[in-house]
Amino acid sequence: MIRSPHLNRSRLSPAGWVGGGISAVVLGTALLSLVWTPHDPTAMDIAHRLADPSATHPLGTDHFGRDTLSQLMAGARVSIAVSLVAVGLGAGLGVPLGLLAAARRGWLDEAVMRFNDLAFAFPALLTAVLLTALLGPGAINAILAIGVFTIPVFARVTRGAALAIWKRPFIQAARLAGRGRARISVDHILPNIAGSLIVQATIQFAMAILAEAGLSYLGLGSQPPEVSWGRMLNEAQTFLFLDARLAILPGMAIVVTVLGLNLLGDGLRDRLDPRLHARGAPRPNSHVDRI
Amino acid sequence: MPLSFARGPARAVAAFPVLAAVLAAAISSWPLTARAAPPDSLVMGMVLEPPHLDPTAGAAGAIDEVVYANVFEGLTRIGPDGAVRPGLAERWNVSDDGLTYTFRLREGVTFHDGSAFTAEDAVFTLDRARADASVNAQKGLFEAIDTVAAPDPYTLVVHLSRPQGRFLFNLGWGDAVMVAPESADTNKTAPVGTGPFRLTRWVQGDRVELEAYPDYWGEAPALTRATFRFIADPAAALAGIMAGDVDAFANFPAPEGLIALETDPRFSVVIGTTEGETILALNHRNPPLDDVRVRRAIGHAIDRQALIDGAMFGHGTPIGSHFAPHHPAYVDLTGLSPYDPEAAKALLAEAGITPGALSLRLHLPPPSYARRSGEIIAAQLAAVGIQTEIIPVEWAQWLEQVFRGHDFDMTIVAHTEPLDIDVYARDGYYFGYKNPTFNGLIATLDETTDPVKRAELYRQAQTRLAEDAVNGFLFQLPKQGVWDARLHGLWHNSPVQANDLTGVSWSE
Repeated sequence: MIRSPHLNRSRLSPAGWVGGGISAVVLGTALLSLVWTPHDPTAMDIAHRLADPSATHPLGTDHFGRDTLSQLMAGARVSIAVSLVAVGLGAGLGVPLGLLAAARRGWLDEAVMRFNDLAFAFPALLTAVLLTALLGPGAINAILAIGVFTIPVFARVTRGAALAIWKRPFIQAARLAGRGRARISVDHILPNIAGSLIVQATIQFAMAILAEAGLSYLGLGSQPPEVSWGRMLNEAQTFLFLDARLAILPGMAIVVTVLGLNLLGDGLRDRLDPRLHARGAPRPNSHVDRI
Repeated sequence: MPLSFARGPARAVAAFPVLAAVLAAAISSWPLTARAAPPDSLVMGMVLEPPHLDPTAGAAGAIDEVVYANVFEGLTRIGPDGAVRPGLAERWNVSDDGLTYTFRLREGVTFHDGSAFTAEDAVFTLDRARADASVNAQKGLFEAIDTVAAPDPYTLVVHLSRPQGRFLFNLGWGDAVMVAPESADTNKTAPVGTGPFRLTRWVQGDRVELEAYPDYWGEAPALTRATFRFIADPAAALAGIMAGDVDAFANFPAPEGLIALETDPRFSVVIGTTEGETILALNHRNPPLDDVRVRRAIGHAIDRQALIDGAMFGHGTPIGSHFAPHHPAYVDLTGLSPYDPEAAKALLAEAGITPGALSLRLHLPPPSYARRSGEIIAAQLAAVGIQTEIIPVEWAQWLEQVFRGHDFDMTIVAHTEPLDIDVYARDGYYFGYKNPTFNGLIATLDETTDPVKRAELYRQAQTRLAEDAVNGFLFQLPKQGVWDARLHGLWHNSPVQANDLTGVSWSE
C-alpha cells in the first residue's frame, strides 16, 4: 500500500482531545447501558413520579416514575445505534458512488453528480419528516430517512478527494503498470482519502444524532416504550413549569454529544486532512450545516 | 404636569397652546381607554378537529363540541346540568299511553340562510335521520318513531311505536338537531342551522370561526365572535393559554399543566365530570380476544390507580363497567376486575397462552389521555407476559382504520356520549361484542319508562359487561376546564358533547 506523502503526524489539538474524550464517554455509556443501567429504563413506578435526584435515582425520575439516568444511558445507545447505521448506510453507498464517478468520469460522473445535486436540493429534514410520515414512524424508518440524505454528502466528498489523487504521479505509475481503475480505486485512492472520509463521517455522525433527536422529538423516530433523547425532550415539554430538569438533561446530552463529535471532527481534520497544509487554503466546510 | 394643568388650564393654554391642546385631548380620552368595553370575542381551544360540521352525519364528538347549541339546535336541548330543556319546541304534551308527543314549535325562528323554521323542517329532519339511507351515527335515537306529522306550521306530532323513556332526552342530542331540506346535504362544510352563531370561516387544520347571527330568535349572546382553534399538542396548548392566544380550553389536554395554571390568578381551573368512559377497547373478532379468560386477564393486569395518577395526574374516577359514576344508576364494579397480575397470569395460562407468546397491537389516537394511558398499559401488560406494539394514529386514521375498518387489536378511547351503554348491543360495532342476553336487556330498557325499573335494568347491563370483561374499563374522563378568570358562563360539566357559548360573557 502506498501511503500518502501528505499524511500529517502532528498531535491532535487540545480541542480534538476534549472532543474525543466526550465522544468516548458517550460511547462508553451507550455500551455500558447494554449490560447495566441503574434501573430498567422502561420500568414505571407511578408512585415515585417526578422524584427529585436522590441516592436511588441520581438524576430523579420522569412523569411515569422511570429513572432518568437509566433513560439517558439507554437513549445514548439508541442515538448512537441509529446514527451509526444511518451514517454507515450513507457511507456504504456514497463512497462507492463517489469512487466510481471519479474513476469513470464522463457521463457516469455527470449522472451521479447531477443526481447528487438533485438530492441536495431537497431540504433534508423536511424530506426525512415526509419519509417517516409515509413509511410510518419508527427507528428503522428514521435510519433510512437520515441515511438517504447522507449518501450524496459522502459521494461528493469522495469524488472531490479522489479526483485530486487520480492526478498524482504514483497513480499514473499504477496505471502504466496495468492496474484496472477499480483496483486502483480500492488499493490506492481509498487509503489516501480515508482521512477526509473519517472526518466527514464524524461530522455526519453528529448531524445524524441531531436528526434522530429531531425526528423523535416530532414523534416520528423511536416509538415508546423505546427510549430516546428526542422523545424525552418531547415528553418533558409540558412539564417545563413543573420540573425543568426533565427537559434540561436530555437537551444537555444532545448538546454535549454533538459538541464533542464536532470538536473531534475538527481535531481529526486538522490532523488527517491533507488539504489543510496548503497555507491559506480555504477550510473545507465541515460543520453540521445540513439538517 | 397633568395636576398643575388641571388647576390652571388658562395659563397653561396661553403658554403652550399646542402642547395644551394635545394634553387636553389625551386626558379627556384617557378614562375611556382605561375602561374599555370587555372583549366580545372568544378563542376556545379544542384538542380534536371535527372531520366535518354536520352533527347528523358523524360520530365524532368534536363536531358537537363546535356546533351544538351554537350553530344547530334541536327540538329539546340538554342543559349544563344534564336536564332536558325546551329548544326549538317551546312546550310539549305527551299522551297518557306515552306514544304520542305533540310539540308546539317556536315562531319566528329562521335558519342562517334566512328561511323560516317550521314543522315541515322538523318532519324532514326526523324522517331523514331514521330513513334506511340515513348516515346518522346515532340512528338508535329515532328507532321508536313510527310517524311524524305537521298538522300546522308550528305543531309537530310524533307517534312512537312503543313507549320510550328517553325520547325527549334523545331529541336533545347533537345528532337530532334540526336541519333544512335545502341545506341538509351541504351542512358538512357549510352548516346552516338556527342557532345564535353562524359559520364564517373554517380554516382546515387550524380553526373554525363563528359570528353572532343577527336574526336569532332568542336572547342574543354576549359574544359577537367565537373561534375554535384546534391544538392537539399538549405543550402547544399550555403555551397557547399562558400567552393568551387561547382564552379557554373546555377540556385541557395536559393535566400536568393544570398544576401551574391552578396557582395562577389569571386562570380559572374547573375539574368537572364528563360522560366519557375511557376504555381499552378489545377487538372480539381477533383471537384470542374472543376468549373471556384472556379479556379478564387483561382486566386484572391493569392498575387503574396507576393510570389515573400517571396519565391524568390524579384526576379521574376508576370504573369497572361502561357507566358514568355520577349517574344515579351507577354500580361500582371495579371489584370484578381488581389489579392482580398473578390472577392475570393464571388466566392466561388457563387459556393456553405462554408468557411472551401473545403480541397485540395497541392503536392510540392523539389525545394525551390515550397516548399516556397506552404507554402505562403496555408496561402493565408486559408485566403479565403480553407484548404490545404501540401504534400512534391521527384522529382521521383512527376513525377509518379502527372505528370503521375494525383493523386493530386494542385501542384506548373515551366514549363521551351520555348513557351510551347501548352501543354494546349494536351489530357490527367496532369492538364486535355479541351477547343476546345483553341485547335483550337493552331492548327491555328502551321500552321501560318507569325510572326505578330503568335504573335496575341499567345496573344489570353494567354487571353483564363487567362479567363478560368486554373491554378494559379504565376511568371516567374528567373535564379539566381552564379559562381566563374573567370569563363566565362556560359549562363546568359535560353532560353532552358541547361547548355551549350562548351564556358566555366577559366580566369587566
